[in-house]
Amino acid sequence: MSTHAVKRTSVSLQQKPSFGSVLWDWLTTVDHKKIGIMYLAAGGFFFILGGLEALLMRLQLMYPENTLVSGTTFNELMTMHGTTMIFFAAMPILFGLINCIMPLQIGARDVAYPFMNALSFWLFLFGGILMNISWFLGSAPDAGWTSYVPLASQAPSGMDFYVLGLQVSGAGTLMSGINFMVTILTMRAPGMSLMRMPMFTWTTFIASALIVFAFPALTAGLFLLMFDRIFGAQFFDVAGGGNVIIWQHLFWIFGHPEVYILVLPAFGIISEVVSTFSKKRLFGYSSMVIATILIGFIGFMVWAHHMFAVGMGPIANALFSVATMAIAVPTGIKIFNWLLTMWGGRIRFTTAMLYCVGFIPSFVMGGVTGVMVAAAPADYQYHDTYFVVAHFHYTIVGGVVLGIMAALYYWWPKIFGKKLNETLGKWNFWLFLIGFHLTFFVQHLLGLMGMPRRVYTYLEGLGFETGNFISTIGAILMAVAALIFVINIIYTHTRVKEIAEADPWDGRTLEWATETPVPFYNFAQTPLVRGLDPLFIEKTQGDGKMKPAEPLGEIHMPSPSILPILLAFGIFIVGLGFCLHSFFDNKWISYFIVFIGTVFSLLMMMFHSIKEDHGYHIHPNDYTNKGVGM
Amino acid sequence: MQSDQTGVLPPHPEKATLEGRNKILGLWFFIASDVVLFASLMGTHLALRGSTQGAPGPQELFHLEYVALMTFILLTSSMTSLLGIKAMQRYQFKQMQTWFWLTVLLGLSFLGLEIYEFYQFVIYHGLGFETNAFASSFYTLLGFHGAHVTFGILWVVTLLIRSRSQGITTYTAPKFYLFSLYWHFVDVVWVFVFTLVYLMGKVG
Amino acid sequence: MTAKRYTVDDSIKESQSQKRENRQFYVTFILMLVLTALSFVAVASEKIPSGFTIPFILLIAFILLVLQVVIFMHLNDKNTEFPTLFFFSGFFIAIITIATLMLLIWW
Ligand code: HEM
Ligand SMILES: [Cu+2]
Repeated sequence: MSTHAVKRTSVSLQQKPSFGSVLWDWLTTVDHKKIGIMYLAAGGFFFILGGLEALLMRLQLMYPENTLVSGTTFNELMTMHGTTMIFFAAMPILFGLINCIMPLQIGARDVAYPFMNALSFWLFLFGGILMNISWFLGSAPDAGWTSYVPLASQAPSGMDFYVLGLQVSGAGTLMSGINFMVTILTMRAPGMSLMRMPMFTWTTFIASALIVFAFPALTAGLFLLMFDRIFGAQFFDVAGGGNVIIWQHLFWIFGHPEVYILVLPAFGIISEVVSTFSKKRLFGYSSMVIATILIGFIGFMVWAHHMFAVGMGPIANALFSVATMAIAVPTGIKIFNWLLTMWGGRIRFTTAMLYCVGFIPSFVMGGVTGVMVAAAPADYQYHDTYFVVAHFHYTIVGGVVLGIMAALYYWWPKIFGKKLNETLGKWNFWLFLIGFHLTFFVQHLLGLMGMPRRVYTYLEGLGFETGNFISTIGAILMAVAALIFVINIIYTHTRVKEIAEADPWDGRTLEWATETPVPFYNFAQTPLVRGLDPLFIEKTQGDGKMKPAEPLGEIHMPSPSILPILLAFGIFIVGLGFCLHSFFDNKWISYFIVFIGTVFSLLMMMFHSIKEDHGYHIHPNDYTNKGVGM
Repeated sequence: MQSDQTGVLPPHPEKATLEGRNKILGLWFFIASDVVLFASLMGTHLALRGSTQGAPGPQELFHLEYVALMTFILLTSSMTSLLGIKAMQRYQFKQMQTWFWLTVLLGLSFLGLEIYEFYQFVIYHGLGFETNAFASSFYTLLGFHGAHVTFGILWVVTLLIRSRSQGITTYTAPKFYLFSLYWHFVDVVWVFVFTLVYLMGKVG
Repeated sequence: MTAKRYTVDDSIKESQSQKRENRQFYVTFILMLVLTALSFVAVASEKIPSGFTIPFILLIAFILLVLQVVIFMHLNDKNTEFPTLFFFSGFFIAIITIATLMLLIWW
């Protein structure tokens, strides 16, 4: 099978390949780095989409009794913004970073199941597309990202796209979670024990474990909702003996871990960046690991804090209240560890580091309001007001998005081969940080003054005008900041000629030991890890280069395949078929589409199982480099 | 890579390669996740089992002899798939095939009985999927379990047909081992279905 | 990769341990049959009060689960810490999910 390898290298060495072959290369790739880049691109696209939806909402709320969008449209914007941001922007961007970086950090050549990795990506993408085509087919989902029943079980057809879009992409997410966990457990380079793994890898592991346990609850809930909507089941129909609280529990059994799925990788990013730019080992590494595990564990026992106002009774409310407050302890440990990592360090305020420094107080504020809403009696007051909107945006934007931005500035040179412009970066950072606090800080006050969330307008004279106006100005600032980031990307990739150095930040972990651009096999020889921060150890105690753990030999690589995208497409057709059930007078037309999609998907699966694929080997002569990396 | 090419057969062909070990570990994580899926559906059923709205409920519907028969069939099929794996680890291909085909047969009879039971409920008791919340949750839970059984049967039949000419290698062995793990898990789920749904439904 | 050399000695040890293992499987299987039967009998017999039956059948279900995953699914092998940890974590989450849906739904 070495023909493959020869073809591959000749492409990279000789003439520019044609557009068709490049496209084919991306559509069939199973390389974790390319899949990661596709995740980043698609996630970035959905981030812009969700951001525009947010901007429209803010413009509508800029003035009292504004008529920019109608109430229905506002509901759709709100639902699509929340759902898009969580499932199709934040998670995929994190998955992109994990895909690009985590295998490098543990010294692996790919993830455990490269084929499934590609499948996960395409499922996510098709899920996002499925949900968004609802805009063009009558109505978008409008029952909120939480889709509480019976509103959601009786909502117009747009809701079906929410259900099936999430179902399709959720399948991909579950596969990714399993994939990352197995990769981390079995594919680490020799010498990298669990307690020598970089924090980003650790948080990926725990977030993946949360995916494995949390997503099935959503899957189950979505199935019930789908059966109610399409097949006339009675789960949530009180007249048929159904119960609407079941949905809330299932949704939040998933939903609360979900916020940790988002924020744990961000914690990992902050740990990496802070340690690199303070030129110090992460303070309290083992306590960080334990805190991460604890957060993951307790994170499963607090979901009902979203339901205090439902009426579960004082005992349940008290238990969930206490459990929730307990999470603040491991989270606080992390905050102190970051501060103590910086303490006495030689700090370099690059854009990535600025984002981390901005992250810490912003996230702490989100945490503090979190403890406030965790107090059940007080939550009766905060519930469903703008206070809650302020709280979760402080954790999600102040936590996840700032973390993601830090990661992008930090790992951009490794992922894309060019260093982003630092001057533009600083503008980007300051505008974003100021815009963010401007937008969301006043929302605390609006909430305390009694402004409910999920309303499309408010009356004049209630005292909400100034706050809402400021909030919208902040949102516009954030939009400008995002624009600067896009300009930075375009500038970097059109104007900057030189390829970034392999180790531009004086890094500590293995991803910086690879050459830039990273060859598709990552490491010509698997590196030998001698401790935490392996590259830093070699820099201080060795000659600055990783020692190989194996002799130079043939490398086994998985072969590319078109089947992942085809299989995901088949599943997309199944979802689309179900979504269309209310579009035809005869339901069987839509079931026929479902049938076609099912048969097609099964065929693709069988094809995959029958076509034996043992991958291919590349010979040492085909390596672009020798040794571990640089 | 494959040790069978050197003539030395590893005692555990399913775990001889990293790929095989990875697949087994991954399946375990999938099973852990499926546990939560079934728990959600079971919890929903237990929450709604009183919602019969005047239609027949568990007491009138369930026949224990019938459920016991299904249970023993599935339990036995779990055993036959285990014996299949044992034969595989002894490299007795013929025996392995026999045990797995037996598993398929038992799985099919389980499915047949389940379908017949549903048919009885619908025809004689008029209990459709839309009748009430109890019925919806019952059929959904049992349907998901039945779908797992069906998928398992399709899976192993594909494997059996595909591997006919290959025999037991470090490439095919993990696949059979995965199936058997999955099949045992389907049986574990059934243990909770018959206990929590049927037996508890009878006790009330 | 490197299958370690397999000697006659090894294979004798192997076959002895296999015999022991096989006996273990059959014993387990019979035990599972008996326990299952007990469960059904406890429910079918009118004499036993339901206050006893319910914990009894739940206990049997748990024992059946442990037998199935530990013996049949080989969690007693070497290097199965993570499968064990995750399976039982899943089971733990399953319990709180089911308990919640039974207790915190109707009021
Ligand atoms: C960056 C600028 C952002 C702005 C200006 C913004 C603005 C808004 C607005 C106006 C709402 C509607 C609040 C209401 O009416 O109750 C909202 C809701 C929401 N946002 Fe954002 N948002 C931003 C970023 C994000 C991000 C990054 C995420 C998640 C990753 C996110 C997740 C949500 C969620 C989950 C909701 C709730 C939707 C619902 O009520 O169903 N937002 N946001
Ligand atoms: Cu929560």
